[in-house]
Amino acid sequence: MRKGYYGKFGGVFVPETLMPSIYELEEAFFRWWRSRDFRKEFEGYLKDYVGRPTPLYHASNLSVRCGLTLYLKREDLCHTGAHKIINALGQALLAKKMGKRRVIAETGAGQHGVAVATAAALLGLECCIYMGADDVERQKMNVIRMDMLGAEVRGVETGTRTLKDAINEALRDWVTNVRTTHYILGTVFGPYPYPQMVKEFVSVIGREAARQIWKKEKRLPDVVVACVGGGSNAMGIFYPFLKRKEVTLVGVEAGGKGISTGHHAARFQGGKVGIFQGTKSYVLQDSNGQILDTYSIAPGLDYASVGPEHSFLMESQRVTYTSATDEETLEAFFLTSREEGIIPALESSHALAYVIKNCTRWKDKLVLVNLSGRGDKDVETVSRTISP
Amino acid sequence: MNEITNVFRRLNREGKKALIPYVTGGDPSIEKTYEFMEFLARNGADIIEVGIPFSDPMADGPVIQRASERALKAGTAVKDIFALVRRFNKAFTIPVVLMGYLNPIYAYGVERFVSEAADNGVKGLIIVDMPPEEAGEICPLLRKYGIASIFLATPVTNRDRILKIKKIARGFLYFVSVTGVTGERDEIPTDILEKIKEIKGLISLPVTLGFGISHPRIVEEFFPYLDGFVVGSALVRRWEHSFSVDDPELKNFFQEMVIACHGS
Repeated sequence: MRKGYYGKFGGVFVPETLMPSIYELEEAFFRWWRSRDFRKEFEGYLKDYVGRPTPLYHASNLSVRCGLTLYLKREDLCHTGAHKIINALGQALLAKKMGKRRVIAETGAGQHGVAVATAAALLGLECCIYMGADDVERQKMNVIRMDMLGAEVRGVETGTRTLKDAINEALRDWVTNVRTTHYILGTVFGPYPYPQMVKEFVSVIGREAARQIWKKEKRLPDVVVACVGGGSNAMGIFYPFLKRKEVTLVGVEAGGKGISTGHHAARFQGGKVGIFQGTKSYVLQDSNGQILDTYSIAPGLDYASVGPEHSFLMESQRVTYTSATDEETLEAFFLTSREEGIIPALESSHALAYVIKNCTRWKDKLVLVNLSGRGDKDVETVSRTISP
Repeated sequence: MNEITNVFRRLNREGKKALIPYVTGGDPSIEKTYEFMEFLARNGADIIEVGIPFSDPMADGPVIQRASERALKAGTAVKDIFALVRRFNKAFTIPVVLMGYLNPIYAYGVERFVSEAADNGVKGLIIVDMPPEEAGEICPLLRKYGIASIFLATPVTNRDRILKIKKIARGFLYFVSVTGVTGERDEIPTDILEKIKEIKGLISLPVTLGFGISHPRIVEEFFPYLDGFVVGSALVRRWEHSFSVDDPELKNFFQEMVIACHGS
């Protein structure tokens, strides 16, 4: 396999100005990732600052209701409310090692932005977060949090005013300030080495979950389910199970208002292979190769492309990708809140929606869901759907 | 021998520099772009760079972003750009090079794109988000169809990369004046002179300067060290005033740039 590729997917599709930094990052990541001291520092933060290992919780009420055994990997209990802090801390530590004094990031739901602002505050880095203007509206609370953490939030008014436009602006900033700035990309996406590096950081989720479920159930789960936006929480929990073929892996994309309406963000339902924002992967695009506007109630899934390794796992059929609509997602959101007393993020609710929808298929089976984030940020959005 | 090389040879003999204006194809319509190209060709352009609009131009500043949006709003597709170049080539001998992002080319089909580009008289191709590492598929095709593969170098491109680019670059080398996106700048840092000299020492291709060329003064400053100048945002910003080739500010500016590159 070519370096930086997962089958035919991946690569490094960036302007020439960024190439030296891409190499610098690759070299730094592999050097420090092998360093015992770096690992110790990183794992120290994960334990005492993030609060890892996160619990694996047997959701008994939902289990009874669905007729299966459901475990939730409680990433919602991470400091800042989602798994995003893992990658943010890993890359911020790396930025320090590379001698960069400033970090930038894109954010959709605001979770990655908050995570980066947090890591930057902790490690004393200057921080600037790009966020689509529409997302600034949708996720006000996270904007306020970033501001309180000392980060500058720049609303992006261009294009569709969502995550992809925030990435464009972050890339423009990086091209401009490449000598002093590290770009903390928030998912297993973009040019190599990002997909690989982010995967290595977040794979702690799956390693913990495998160990925990083994301890509780003395066996591997029958199915592992995660939502897929860029795909970091899914990659994190899937990674240790990829080689165990007896474990079914399911990725759930944003079905929005339904695939047939065109208002969705399900790349594997309506996309085709293309090159976008640094990598070759499945992309929602028109016949002229222009990137399509996407839609989801969950801003963290509202993106036109997907991590290249997910495309590889889809084509090699190791992972099954499906989608859940907004409606199904909201149902799962309320059910989990009321049955378990856990308000899940709308992103993670997509994974729960899959389980609820398919409970007959997984009857009496052992099901593991990555509850990638908590839903505090979504309460406004959700309350608008009940009382418009 | 590619026509691009001939242009630089001739200008070199005459002690002039190539003036390479950039226009976004289809901004605000293909018909208007044709008028613009006609104006540029009649008034001193040596090579014309035509941008293929893309929905997510990550290496472009606000002016070219807007141009791209207008072109897409008008429904501009790759086939329209080819038709534009074909029409231009019937009336003018000035070489046209295309500049764009990879996805629209990929969606069109890479070989189909290259062969039709050649059929319609495209002389060179610049793909902004395709570094040499990812050029393995398209470069042999460009050679096969006689289109120059134009690559970029920047102030942070080191010697090893320059040598890597040298192996596959044809036509001219596009030196990006600053780390950053396209757009006008008041000043270009003169510390890039060292880098330009390093590149000239390693590469025999003509080297042009682009990004931020906002004023004839910048051309004068760098005149002795380079073979040509690409003017994009400064021109497109004046173009979007009225989309008219009779716009006095547009005419004056272009005239001044011609004088700076060619002498009066």
